[in-house]
Amino acid sequence: MCGIAGLIHRGKSSNVGSELQGMLQALKHRGEDSTGYALYGDTDGKNFIMRFKVGENVGEGSSSVMEDVSVYDERKKIVDQTLAEMGAKIVKEERTLPYSLRYEIDFETKDLLDFSQRIESIPGVEILSMGKSLEVIKDLGNAKMVCDRYSLDKLVGTHAIGHARMATESGVDIKSAHPFWGYPFSDVSVVHNGQLTNYWNNRRVLENKGMRFMSECDSELIAVYIAQKMREGASLEEGMKDSLSGLDGVFTYFVATKDSLGMAKDTMAAKPLVLYESDDLVAMGSEEIAIRSVLPHEIDTYDPFDGEVKVWQI
Amino acid sequence: MANIKTIDKKSKAQSMGMHTEVLTGRTQQKFFNPDEAENFYYFGTYDVDFNKRTDLDVMNMSAPEANKEIDNLMSQGYGTIVIKNPQGKHSLGVGILNKLNLIFEGSLGYFGMGSCDGPIVRINGRVGWSCAENLMAGKVVIEKNAGSCFGAAIRGGDLICKGSVGARTGIDMKGGTIIIGGDAGAFTGFMMQRGRIIILGDVGINLGDSMYDGTIFVGGEIGSYGSDAVDAELTLSDQDWLRRKLKVAEIGEDFDVSKMKKIVAGKKLWNYDNLEPTEKKGAI
Repeated sequence: MCGIAGLIHRGKSSNVGSELQGMLQALKHRGEDSTGYALYGDTDGKNFIMRFKVGENVGEGSSSVMEDVSVYDERKKIVDQTLAEMGAKIVKEERTLPYSLRYEIDFETKDLLDFSQRIESIPGVEILSMGKSLEVIKDLGNAKMVCDRYSLDKLVGTHAIGHARMATESGVDIKSAHPFWGYPFSDVSVVHNGQLTNYWNNRRVLENKGMRFMSECDSELIAVYIAQKMREGASLEEGMKDSLSGLDGVFTYFVATKDSLGMAKDTMAAKPLVLYESDDLVAMGSEEIAIRSVLPHEIDTYDPFDGEVKVWQI
Repeated sequence: MANIKTIDKKSKAQSMGMHTEVLTGRTQQKFFNPDEAENFYYFGTYDVDFNKRTDLDVMNMSAPEANKEIDNLMSQGYGTIVIKNPQGKHSLGVGILNKLNLIFEGSLGYFGMGSCDGPIVRINGRVGWSCAENLMAGKVVIEKNAGSCFGAAIRGGDLICKGSVGARTGIDMKGGTIIIGGDAGAFTGFMMQRGRIIILGDVGINLGDSMYDGTIFVGGEIGSYGSDAVDAELTLSDQDWLRRKLKVAEIGEDFDVSKMKKIVAGKKLWNYDNLEPTEKKGAI
């Protein structure tokens, strides 16, 4: 059934890594096959941050195939070469796990499509996120396990969205885990709870327009759908409103950009969402207990109505 | 206001809010028989004293632990229990088949007060999905907002939300009354079979979709009507009942009920011609 959570601080930064961990851990009963974070950290905004993987977590419950670490090393080497060929300079490099890397890159571009296509043309390599603030971290296990594995609890930023996944229609692996990067848009991410029934029809149309899909998870469609609408000139809110009729099925999803956070709920209101809004904080989740992990005192919350789209700025 | 002393028995019953629907289905003609009272006895009910009051802090309890402790307190004769720090936990207060004055100082998660029969409950907070599902009797008052499927399949009692509620309020309800002080979401009264829903604010799309019977009163705007939901005349008896019900519910007492819309089933979707499904099958 999956659980989603998100929060945005307005006018200030906070320890969003730790806060989101608490929210997602409160929702772990909704699924703990994998957990993912899209964190918008405080940065100087000069360099791109690229989170990418060169392999899969093949731990317990994974549907991925075991590969030797030397294969990961080889893929990493090709990524480094490709970046150099494109004139992208690696400023900082972190290898948290054998298959998971974080690069800070000095690179000038307005369209990441060509950049992303070249990196992902390397077999086994997937960009999890690309942006000047966004970092997508996702892996198998519940929120605390992933948070501890990647040391996310100290990350300071303005907003974040996350997902606790119970795998239903695609594999237990990182490529099917949420959040999804809004490829090829810098700093766009999506999490989703629900099922989309016109996935393949939409996917074929979007692939013909040059968009890429890394998994067969229906939720990835939302990220690509919104990204394509924005490529065509729509604002985030316009793209989200369009999705209410363009996407068929039941869904509640969040989209985040560098400076905003939005939610959309399908016209059947079949998937849950509880929302708390104040002047300096918006927090939302599939269940109220997620919000309670950051706001334990008595607060006013409500369920957004069917077909509702809301967007907040930092 | 209708003169209750001079009107006929049926109208009198209606004005007192006892029923408005003409029931023709065979399964609906079985009523409570005092000679069979023993069949209606619930095990695990207790004699409680409303003046005997206690607090219960459930901050560090799971829902089963909290519910077990409520039962334990009732067995000791406590008739008024104040629950502290519910913290949005799911399934609190379920299965209470007893008279009890229960107060929650905070919000509940999913399925709060489900399958209850008899308690009077006040929730000083919000409730999540499916609050008071299958309520048989009693009164549940929510001071703030409520999630979707509010009062799903209730059979009786009064369920009052002073704020707004999500989608599918009163889905499959078979009796009782639901009163909403604010707005209600889509598919309100979906497949309802009996009972009444009162919404003082606006309501979303597909109101009363595929309802079999029952009545919905709306004070604000209606997003759209569902299949077979139609307008009906708001009678003086209806207005009397609405005024009385809103007064008892301590909600919208000054609301002008004469301008409310009344929605009932058009009964064009009724294909059973008063036959039981098995009989219908045989006829086919």
